[in-house]
Amino acid sequence: MTYIKPRFRHPELPKNKIGYAKADYEGAISTLCAGCGHDSISGAIVQSCYELSIEPHRLAKLSGIGCSSKTPTYFLSNSHGFNTVHGRMPSIATGAYLANRELIYLGVSGDGDSASIGMGQFVHAIRRNVNMVYIVMNNGCYGLTKGQHSATADAGAQSKTGSVNPFPSIDLVGLALELGATFVGRSFSGDKKQLVPLIKAAMSHPGFALLDVISPCVTFNNKPQSTKSYDYVRAHLEATATIDFVPHREEITVSYQPGHSASVELHDGSVIQLHKLAPHWDPTDRSSAVTRLLESKIKGEILTGLLYIDPESQGLHELEETVEVPLNTLQEEHLNPGSALLEDINNSFR
Amino acid sequence: MKPTNIKDPEYFHKVVDCQYACPAHTPVPEYIRLIAAERYTEAYLVNWESNVFPGILGRTCDRPCEPACRRGRIEEEPVAICRLKRVAADNKNEVQGLLPAAPKQKNGKKIALIGGGPASLTVARDLAPLGYELHLYDDQKAGGGMMRSQIPSFRLPESVLDEEVNYVLDMGVHAQFDTYISSMRDMLEKDYDAIFVGTGAPRGGDLPKLPGRWDAKEHIHIGIEWLASVAFGHTSRIGKKVLVLGGGNTAMDCCRTSLRLGAEQVTVVVRSPFRDMKASPWEIEDAQREGVTILNNMPPKKFVVENGKLKGALFEKVAAIYDEKGKRTLIPTGEPDVFLEADDVLVAIGQDNAFPWIERDIGIKFGNWDLPVVDKITFQSTLDRVFFGGDAAFGPKNIITAVAHGHQAAISIDLFCRGESVYNRPAPMTNLVSQKMGIHEWAYDSPVVNDARYLVPHVDKQRALQDRKLEVELGFDQPTGFKEAQRCLNCDVQTVFNTSRCIECDACVDICPTSCITFTANEEEAELRMNLSAPAHNTSQDLYVSENLPTSRVMIKDEDVCLHCGLCAERCPTAAWDMQKYLYQVTKAAPIWNNLML
Repeated sequence: MTYIKPRFRHPELPKNKIGYAKADYEGAISTLCAGCGHDSISGAIVQSCYELSIEPHRLAKLSGIGCSSKTPTYFLSNSHGFNTVHGRMPSIATGAYLANRELIYLGVSGDGDSASIGMGQFVHAIRRNVNMVYIVMNNGCYGLTKGQHSATADAGAQSKTGSVNPFPSIDLVGLALELGATFVGRSFSGDKKQLVPLIKAAMSHPGFALLDVISPCVTFNNKPQSTKSYDYVRAHLEATATIDFVPHREEITVSYQPGHSASVELHDGSVIQLHKLAPHWDPTDRSSAVTRLLESKIKGEILTGLLYIDPESQGLHELEETVEVPLNTLQEEHLNPGSALLEDINNSFR
Repeated sequence: MKPTNIKDPEYFHKVVDCQYACPAHTPVPEYIRLIAAERYTEAYLVNWESNVFPGILGRTCDRPCEPACRRGRIEEEPVAICRLKRVAADNKNEVQGLLPAAPKQKNGKKIALIGGGPASLTVARDLAPLGYELHLYDDQKAGGGMMRSQIPSFRLPESVLDEEVNYVLDMGVHAQFDTYISSMRDMLEKDYDAIFVGTGAPRGGDLPKLPGRWDAKEHIHIGIEWLASVAFGHTSRIGKKVLVLGGGNTAMDCCRTSLRLGAEQVTVVVRSPFRDMKASPWEIEDAQREGVTILNNMPPKKFVVENGKLKGALFEKVAAIYDEKGKRTLIPTGEPDVFLEADDVLVAIGQDNAFPWIERDIGIKFGNWDLPVVDKITFQSTLDRVFFGGDAAFGPKNIITAVAHGHQAAISIDLFCRGESVYNRPAPMTNLVSQKMGIHEWAYDSPVVNDARYLVPHVDKQRALQDRKLEVELGFDQPTGFKEAQRCLNCDVQTVFNTSRCIECDACVDICPTSCITFTANEEEAELRMNLSAPAHNTSQDLYVSENLPTSRVMIKDEDVCLHCGLCAERCPTAAWDMQKYLYQVTKAAPIWNNLML
């Protein structure tokens, strides 16, 4: 019997640009149910941070309460972490981001944590364009309390106990588009080929990046009648495009025929390449994303991939024109500009 | 790639690296677990069924299993398999009553076994329970062959040797020692139904043409003959300064025995570089620890004899050059020759087969190097009722190979005596059983321990050098044996994948500590090996490929560095992965156990 992960790793494990192997981004062994989609998302986060050569001390993990919010223990053991109160992760993230703009903020939440108890916090973090990646591990049920329907469960979906959900679901992606989110994507825990480049793009985006990741609850919500089971999701997936993320200064090697591809350059010079585009969809056009989303919903498809990105996005610090360095590096001479300057400021209000 | 056929008995056998590398295919992880469970007697019996001489081999085996051990690919050192075997032998209870007995009612067939070494004794062990009447002939005064004459007592105590040789002889074998068979023709005229030849490779290499060789022949000895003479008490002294020529295990035994017979300065001279020495690394270490000097790249030029008295030997200095194919040439460096003083020289430069007693006109064909023509599978010679095994069959190898030959020859002899085709080989016995006991519970110790290999303690050097019969290695005590046993990765507990159950949740991929598992589109093997979670460069290890999955991908598992920790199966929500213990046993002529509960 074991909850112990062996110390040994593959002896030929490759290293990234800063000399770390993928194993250096791992966390403790998961205590979630075997087969939980959340563990796959943790795996995708590990893979993304490894591929982006992120120094672990430059990243902060934040989460609320729920199965999803346990996962930061299971990845990036060498990064900062803050496990907050239920649904209150966005305000902690906002405060942390304002105090230190130099870290990469990775928020992990669930459908209960974001779409119910934390909805008020969630929408304001979007509105303020807090520079963070906000991953919702969305399984449509409350896994920690034995699988009651959550606010993202589709109407008509059946739980393990047989109860049918009578209410329409809250679509976090649609809501975020409506609220002016600057990066919106949806993916599936069982599709790392799509999820990893999406996380990498989201981490490079200067602003609030929402990733709604459907993550089957293998214990309570994996029945054929559930719309968030492995089989149902696989059968109804429809991607806006296939996505490649090319970091700054890396050569673009894949080329597709024009008309079917698009590329979006981010402010740091990295490029999101999109291929096999869905018709009538432009990744930088919010209204086309809303339309496409609605069409898919009517057809019963689960639209995944990058839905919308604003390449001109400006984060909260830029909007507020705040100081450019972390607050903890400010010395007394910065914080106390002297009585003459104070006099000038007071005079300006008279 | 095509889906892997796990029903092929060899597929999972190959995953158990140690067992696969063992010529006799001893179920190594099985007996190591028994040692960890303090079931030493059972561990001994598992060994005895397979290799007949666990106590002897636990001290003297060439250990082909250890370089193969998976542990050696994930950290520095393999499991000390050989020394664990000794732990089983040292700590077992009385086993005589558990061994099979020969039936009182014989089957009417008579077999002659020529030579009393490991190959012949194995044939006897396998045939005796079937009621064969076995006549064993050997020119030494007791059984064991080279195990008795060539392996010094400080490595293999006589009591251990006697015990295990007697387990076989006590099965009603008619042994005639001190009997040299001088004519195969005479043997064929006796009423034997079959004859097995296990006479080893008894002729030690010599340097007959080296100048001076015959001028001081009282002080120039052939290594294996000298060792035999020491073993049987005919030689008990040697000069103060001794030179040993050769770099194999016989050379190591010669130099260490010399120290025990009063030599004060012992030098081993090897003609080639150290890296090409044939001796096992641990034998070289032990010799050096006892104060033996080893010099390399020095082929002998002549023996220096003055007034009929040996003064020493002259050596040339060479360097080894290897071509692209790795073929070695020794080139003189031009440095001055080196003279080394010696009172005695021991020549240990290999050994050859010799069959002066087999007439060449009786139907037994001989081929290259004066070796008999022997079938590699059946061990039958060109004369259908004569079989060969051990070093006598294909030249010098080692004890465990001789045992493996013996098992196969016994099967052939039994088939031959029953009038069946000797090519009608029996399939191996295999068994695959789930180890699952609960959600996080397995019937084996799945956690992987991080301990480095434990060292075997040695007896005090001064005491060892004063007594040639005092065993140098003390063996692991029980607590250390347990800890070393826990280092075993249980490679026989297989990761068995069931395609139809898999929901492709990736849990196994994410948890696997050594990145063995990948779900990907199927390709040719060469491409697949480059595109896995971690590159699979070790092509001697197979890729386990599933049937097509619903997403039209396949599961690929690289067997190379799998820790058999069971985490893939623990994290699998649908039990598509299961840990199943695979027991593979080479079928013997006679089933040795029917009621041993493992």
